[in-house]
Amino acid sequence: MAYPDAVKAAWQAELATMKDKGLFKEERFIHSPQAADINVEFPSGADLKDVICLCANNYLGLSSHPDVVKAAHEGLDLRGYGMSSVRFICGTQDIHAQLEDALTEFLGTEDTILFPSCMDANTGVFEAILSEEDVMISDRLVHASIVDGIRLSPAMRDTYKHANMKHLEKKLIEHQDKRARVIITDGVFSMDGDLAPLDEMVALAKKYGALIFLDDSHASGFIGKRGRGTHEAKGVFGEIDIITTTLGKGLGGASGGCVSGRREIVELCRQKARPYLFSNSVAPPIVYGALKVLEILTASTERRDKLEENTKFWRQGLIDAGFVIKDGDSPIVPVMLFNAKLSQDIAKDLFQEGIYVIGFFFPVVPASQARIRTQLSADHDIPMLEKALAAFKKVGEKYGILGLDKKQIIEKYGM
Amino acid sequence: MEDMKGIILEYIEEEYIDEDDADEIELDENTPLISGGIVDSFSMVSLKRFLEKKYSISIPDADASPEAFDTVTSIIALVKRFQGA
Repeated sequence: MAYPDAVKAAWQAELATMKDKGLFKEERFIHSPQAADINVEFPSGADLKDVICLCANNYLGLSSHPDVVKAAHEGLDLRGYGMSSVRFICGTQDIHAQLEDALTEFLGTEDTILFPSCMDANTGVFEAILSEEDVMISDRLVHASIVDGIRLSPAMRDTYKHANMKHLEKKLIEHQDKRARVIITDGVFSMDGDLAPLDEMVALAKKYGALIFLDDSHASGFIGKRGRGTHEAKGVFGEIDIITTTLGKGLGGASGGCVSGRREIVELCRQKARPYLFSNSVAPPIVYGALKVLEILTASTERRDKLEENTKFWRQGLIDAGFVIKDGDSPIVPVMLFNAKLSQDIAKDLFQEGIYVIGFFFPVVPASQARIRTQLSADHDIPMLEKALAAFKKVGEKYGILGLDKKQIIEKYGM
Repeated sequence: MEDMKGIILEYIEEEYIDEDDADEIELDENTPLISGGIVDSFSMVSLKRFLEKKYSISIPDADASPEAFDTVTSIIALVKRFQGA
């Protein structure tokens, strides 16, 4: 019960600094199930507002899908609420193994191990399989959870310029003296929406004897013709050594993640990965829900096809309106504003117009790269997206940025 | 000193700056590298290894702080400190 005044004051000062710098994150309370249109209380205590959500990872619109909800209910009824144990004591049901097998099939790998989250998968895997003799060579824009995982591993670390294959090749040549070289990348980069050039990476990996680690959290379920992920889209399905992904985005949106890949890697994770060993696995209702999600996605590509159509419509609409967006094909569509305050002001105005988006700025994205990240869902329909485009145009006009290029926006608002 | 400055600046430009951004970033010995978002603290390790190899020194992790690596001027001071050690 000792809470020293000096410690309390220091923490209060830290929080105050965050608020002063505009870095303090406030949660918005949603009063409805996750969906394309939601009911939001923001700021806390304000009247509820119906808004179109353009910032969820609900890519396939499965978060509240009736069949998934029904399956989760069945899981709850048949297998209970929780396991009250980690996997290797008495926390493994047959359905956990079934889900692991289903993910192996879906992702095109040899074996799979579930983790409580993909954050846990990413923080656990490198420490479990690599040693001082190895090197991890990561893209400079990989997700924060991968950075944490790399930090926990004793292997040497190095980085290459984002998606720059020449730079990656240079690094692979430099590290030929290592036992294992692991190239580490996201499939779809979460802040930019671009796809890793996995075809070129596989060629380099073969040439220089390297393994490939792919975090496909923003791709599983919808990227590629069957929605299997970035490796499918780039024509290298079945050729990736380690895939991590999440059940918390396109694949139902609840929670849970996995490491899927070479049999020995998965087995080493089962024996050594600390987030797996010291935390309960996903609960039975989520396992049932995730199995249903994979069944839905294997039976039909209807949802990922709809998402692709929505993405094309949205990207073209923003371009026609005169916004600067990041090129790409994924349902992550960043609207570039470059200036941090401008990104916050526009997000705020859009909320008033009934559009829920978030502005991101340094250090979440590189300096002078502030943006509003929009994310599409198969649950959106064209009238919703037309309404959202009208709001974007109205607000864009207010700030006088329509038709301006990067240089002109920076001249007007600064970096 | 001049030579070391040129060598380090050249390495930073090659290792950390994308061709697309090269026109927008003015790099000199006082440009804030880490606090300015040019070099992220995670990618700093390759710069540390470069300096160690190039100048035959060993920089302990405790000394390889983001502050010590924030400008080419501070990096030169760090290298000289360990060259003399």
